[in-house]
Amino acid sequence: MTAVNTSSTPSFAARLFEAGAHQKLLAFASLVLLLIGFSIASPNFMQTSNMIAILQATSVNGVLAVAATLVIITGGIDLSVGTLMTFCAVIAGVVLTNLGLPLPLGVIAAIAAGAFCGLCSGTFVAKMKIPPFIATLGMMLILKGLSLVISGTRPIYFNDTPGFDQISLGSIIGEVVPSLPIPNGVLILFLVAGCTAWILSRTVLGRYCFALGSNEEAVRLSGVNTDRWKIAIYALAGSIVGIGGLVMASRLNSAQPALGLGYELEAIAAVVIGGTSLSGGRGTIVGTLIGALIMAVLTNGLRVLSVAQEWQTVVTGAIIILAVYADMVRRRKS
Amino acid sequence: MTDLVRMTGIEKRFPGVHALKNVSFDLGSGEVHALMGENGAGKSTLMKILSGIYPKDGGEILVNGREADLDGPRAAQDLGIGIIHQELSLMNDLTVAQNIFIGREPRFRFGRLDEAALNARAVEIFKSMNLKLDPRTIVGELTIARQQMVEIAKALSYRSRVLIMDEPTAALNDAEIAELFTIIRRLKADGVGIIYISHKMDELQQIADRVTVMRDGAYVGTVGAKETPVAKIISMMVGRDVASEPVDIPDFDNAETVLEVRGLSRGREIRDVSFSVRKGEILGFAGLMGAGRTEVARAIFGADRRDSGEILVHGKPCAISQPSDAVKAGIGYLSEDRKHFGLATGMDVRTNIALASFDRFSSRLGVLSEEGMRRTAQDYIGKLEIRTPSDRQEVRLLSGGNQQKVVIAKWLFRDCDILIFDEPTRGIDVGAKSEIYKLLKNLASEGRVVIVISSELPEIMRLSHRIAVMCEGRLTGILPGGDATTQEDIMHLATLRAPSMQPEGYPQ
Repeated sequence: MTAVNTSSTPSFAARLFEAGAHQKLLAFASLVLLLIGFSIASPNFMQTSNMIAILQATSVNGVLAVAATLVIITGGIDLSVGTLMTFCAVIAGVVLTNLGLPLPLGVIAAIAAGAFCGLCSGTFVAKMKIPPFIATLGMMLILKGLSLVISGTRPIYFNDTPGFDQISLGSIIGEVVPSLPIPNGVLILFLVAGCTAWILSRTVLGRYCFALGSNEEAVRLSGVNTDRWKIAIYALAGSIVGIGGLVMASRLNSAQPALGLGYELEAIAAVVIGGTSLSGGRGTIVGTLIGALIMAVLTNGLRVLSVAQEWQTVVTGAIIILAVYADMVRRRKS
Repeated sequence: MTDLVRMTGIEKRFPGVHALKNVSFDLGSGEVHALMGENGAGKSTLMKILSGIYPKDGGEILVNGREADLDGPRAAQDLGIGIIHQELSLMNDLTVAQNIFIGREPRFRFGRLDEAALNARAVEIFKSMNLKLDPRTIVGELTIARQQMVEIAKALSYRSRVLIMDEPTAALNDAEIAELFTIIRRLKADGVGIIYISHKMDELQQIADRVTVMRDGAYVGTVGAKETPVAKIISMMVGRDVASEPVDIPDFDNAETVLEVRGLSRGREIRDVSFSVRKGEILGFAGLMGAGRTEVARAIFGADRRDSGEILVHGKPCAISQPSDAVKAGIGYLSEDRKHFGLATGMDVRTNIALASFDRFSSRLGVLSEEGMRRTAQDYIGKLEIRTPSDRQEVRLLSGGNQQKVVIAKWLFRDCDILIFDEPTRGIDVGAKSEIYKLLKNLASEGRVVIVISSELPEIMRLSHRIAVMCEGRLTGILPGGDATTQEDIMHLATLRAPSMQPEGYPQ
């Protein structure tokens, strides 16, 4: 009657086949297949410059998707990431161009604006008990409107702030390894993803993310102040979106107030393709990164093959449905 | 009196449980036949077999004198057997008439609905019940009692000759009960047979013709309702031997009062409940389903709001408005529904044990120490003999008993000195039960306060130093534990309705 209490680390093979890993594996295999397929179809596809273009295209959507992953793991959804990204870019524009303050202040302002808006969404959801879909839908529209109001519906250019475009377009790696000019925007994506993955797996905040998505009532009845943690998670997601706004603005060297709508759906699509469950409790950042890459590779590859843009959208939609269906089939089997 | 239904030698087994053993039951036309027994006696299982929800494993069912093959709810409906479940199954956003005829709506061609015919038919049924109700009312706007009338109308719309009512008065007030009884008498006069499941003794005398008592899945006997005293029926219900292991009651004269509850109230569910528990004491809470025991526990723990009432911990008033306040005061609550309220079932044993105490494993920046969590988890896995392949096992893969131990470990580690166990052995097999009992006794002897809510009287009697009994939201009495108290004493308090609850003024 003795309890077996060895805490064995499962073997690598076992981990590959456990629930979450399987979908990641599936997504990763699809990514590799896409890469192989496109490189056979077109010799131009596999060139370094094209690979870098794909990574560059992933950077903004990737950062937004990482933020969306946090919220989705708690069992919520965040529809405001697209317009919040624009709002943060506009705030950076106001601080840097309109007020003429130094670059670090603009960066801080953008991230703080993101965190504050996330805090608001979190409060609506946790304290006022508004369903996340509705709360963030409202937030999405509020922020879209505010961006236009604050900027006077005109783009704000960062010509007065030298070095702003380097945030995204410069290449620290390229200075060290000239043959690999990976832009900083991509570096930022991987840094953000790395930090978020660490937070999810190693910190209290991360553990509560999964616990809330797994069984919120049980967590509350464990004496945890679930409202406060939920607000913190939305705020963290908001600040990550703030970083995404900076990357976007830097790439365009301007804050475009009309941009942003639609980005939230691309981010959610990346999260879903990466195997994170929309019902909460399960999900990984690595999966989300792969999901974002799949979408970028698809768009890029189809363009290299000269498929019309309209058809690219159709294919992306079909891929989302396929990815989720594959996940459903796998789960029904287990 | 002709037999509408005759069930003989009914057998039913579930994995690990012999739920019904050679049970017999019959129902005549125009009769109200009450079915009584403690929770888990097998009443609901028997009725689910009669209404085609469960297949029977043995025995014979005759409906109108002919052998009936009840292979689904539809087959039972076709034979005129209708059931009204304890939890109403109506669609709140549809109208009364739409609810009654769901799936059988009168139609025009091309699937267009004939609302006029729908409402007219509903009115016809109401007329037969002598009920005034607009068929176009949205069901969600009706009182519970009226919704019950709609359920009855729905059952009648299938031309039911047999109506099964599972605790129909559980959520009704006196006037509503009187209204329901009027309709039952009317149906009776029309020759409908009614099987009436209830825990409330005084209702039997008013409405039932015969009473059949079940206990532990077996048939005990059938008696006339009017001429049999309540005490006789109670003794039929509880007549089983208590697994007697004498309760060793320590001397609490000088023990400190750790938890005191004064005047706890909320609406109709909790009515002015006051009690106190001393250090090292096990206080059992007995009562029938819906007596308000879980509600009291959740209100003390701050999981639900309360209208009034004071909670004192170690003599000091404690402002508890949410579970985190209660946990700070050292109160832990182990819900009867572990899967929904106790465990994050998709997460591992380690995380679940640490769930209430992450602050003890994290640095100032909120970084978790997996190593610390692993050691704690292993410590409790050893101490409580939790059988799991590793502390990384997802708890949904553990057995009920081991899941319960994980929840207990969570609260022990949080250092709670007041532990409220709600149905601690529900869904746990017999062997694991005694382990849980041993654990609860040890917790008390270590000086913790243990409150046990249980619907199983033997469990209450085996564990409790004192026994608090509730009925319909009121604390009807606190009895001493041990041999001085019998099951009959407890059942008497558990069915003791307030004298003002007597319905009156209905036509006989």
